[in-house]
Amino acid sequence: MSTKDSNKSISVQEMIAQKSNRGLLSRIEKLVPKILFAIAAMSVLTTIGIVLTLIFETIIFFTRVSPLEFIFGTEWYPFANTTPAYGILPLIVGTLKITGIAVLVAVPIGIATAIFLSEYASERTRRFIKPILEVLAGVPTIVYGFFALTFVTPVLQSIFPQLSIFNALSPGIVVGIMIIPMIASLSEDAMTSVPNAMREGAYALGSTRLEVALKVVLPAATSGIVASTVLAISRAIGETMIVSVAAGSTPGFNWDITGSIQTMTAYIVQVTTGDAGYGTTIYYSIYAVGFTLFLFTLVMNLLAQYISKRFREEY
Amino acid sequence: MKYMDHNVVSSKMKSRLTKNKFFKGLFFAATMFGLIVLAVLLIRIITQGGGYINWDFFMNFASRFPEQAGIKSALIGSIYLMLVVAPVSMFLGVGTAIYLEEYAKQNKMNRFIKVNISNLAGVPSVVFGLLGLTIFVRNFDLGISILAAGFTMSLLILPVIIVASQEAIRAVPRELREASFAMGATKWQTIVRVVLPAAVPGVLTGSILALSRAIGETAPLVVIGIPTILMFTPNHLLDTFTALPMQIFDWTKRPQVAFHDVAAAGIIVLMTLLIIMNSIAVFIRNKYQKRY
Repeated sequence: MSTKDSNKSISVQEMIAQKSNRGLLSRIEKLVPKILFAIAAMSVLTTIGIVLTLIFETIIFFTRVSPLEFIFGTEWYPFANTTPAYGILPLIVGTLKITGIAVLVAVPIGIATAIFLSEYASERTRRFIKPILEVLAGVPTIVYGFFALTFVTPVLQSIFPQLSIFNALSPGIVVGIMIIPMIASLSEDAMTSVPNAMREGAYALGSTRLEVALKVVLPAATSGIVASTVLAISRAIGETMIVSVAAGSTPGFNWDITGSIQTMTAYIVQVTTGDAGYGTTIYYSIYAVGFTLFLFTLVMNLLAQYISKRFREEY
Repeated sequence: MKYMDHNVVSSKMKSRLTKNKFFKGLFFAATMFGLIVLAVLLIRIITQGGGYINWDFFMNFASRFPEQAGIKSALIGSIYLMLVVAPVSMFLGVGTAIYLEEYAKQNKMNRFIKVNISNLAGVPSVVFGLLGLTIFVRNFDLGISILAAGFTMSLLILPVIIVASQEAIRAVPRELREASFAMGATKWQTIVRVVLPAAVPGVLTGSILALSRAIGETAPLVVIGIPTILMFTPNHLLDTFTALPMQIFDWTKRPQVAFHDVAAAGIIVLMTLLIIMNSIAVFIRNKYQKRY
């Protein structure tokens, strides 16, 4: 009798274990992680989808145009009726022109803004300015494109009369304006994470604010600032609407910034807004260009991650 | 013995202080630059397009004549697009965030997922357009539809929503979870009834901000092949449509200056929509976000 009883009576833990092993609840508990993992895998699938799409369509493109011509050719005339040329260098040069101008505008202004916000501004000023910078970052790029074409270009034309309506200078400057908030806020983050003890040490030695900013904070925050710049360059390379609206559609292998140019992104837009049919060489060329663009931005993003990991100063 | 000459020190100090003042002015001017550009941009667009904003502008379809051009199909198209993007991107984004924050162990697979998300965030939007064109429009045969564009946009803003949701979930203190476990709740019960309700304000704020990015995004729509002149509004999700940024792009490209004014009017509508969405996000953040 007593042995039977002790067989029947089980501890509370066992009861919980028995109960939760049965029933819907435990099945849900087991199923949920799997479902969530499947959802999380979507982002990986997206990347795989992008890479495979670009690779497959680019391979079809390369069966019609030699990769050597594509990589080293200095002429891009896909729409020529008799002898179309598919050398991507003019598009890359166009992209570099825009990116170069944008960096020249955005890096000094962005870093100066970051220094002001992190080292000089009062808490109140910071609370006022930072949301405005966020608004600036949230302006859709098509709006910036409109601004470049209808405002910046005419203003620049009144200064440089030789500037054409479509040129590299105006969209370059506006892309620069677009990436200022990115450089400013990421650099400011890097600067504010420099410990105050270092600043106070420098002040105690009699430094001015400027000396603290340039000789203590800036060196300590270098990795964050460089990483933010590299990320911003990646954004500038991939920027599409500003250049599609304001830079024109004339790919050229030169360093002129006053005339019409074409970037990789703007070419993709030109083809997809035009009437190049599915299956034509022009249709496949946008994937080859897109693949090149993807590689450029991927290298930049990986570089930014590497810099911020490898050279981060730990305090 | 005299170590320091007072005059030398004070003259050096003076130049250092002047330099400090000068650079402070310079840094301030740089900060003002962004603000001034934003002000110029807004004033310019309002003065240019303000005259076109009237009832007819919202009620008319696109037109060859600038004074008759309206934004009806684009506005309704953008709203339809958001009706697809919001549930799809939030479902995927929040699901991924829960997995990464609550379930994922520190192994290679999960580290890969994290690295992948941050790289996905850096892929240019035009490349997402190529993905949408190939996979959704052609392979899935959705055509140039709201659904195809909505899926593409959802994937585009997915990284932003994941990161925002991760932060919101991470901000829920461990004590809340432990209290729930102590009451005998299972892990999933804890997530659904304790963690998610506490994280909702953060998730919503991040998601609305991400959606406001999607509503202004043009490049993927261009690549997918969304038309710009449409004389009807879509009836169901597989209908073709046009969207606000597409319409603005089309008007901006036209050579007639009058159409630039119409484009400015379209931009006013788009920016108003953005401001409303951002205000809602900020409102939710300030009103419901608890600090633990």
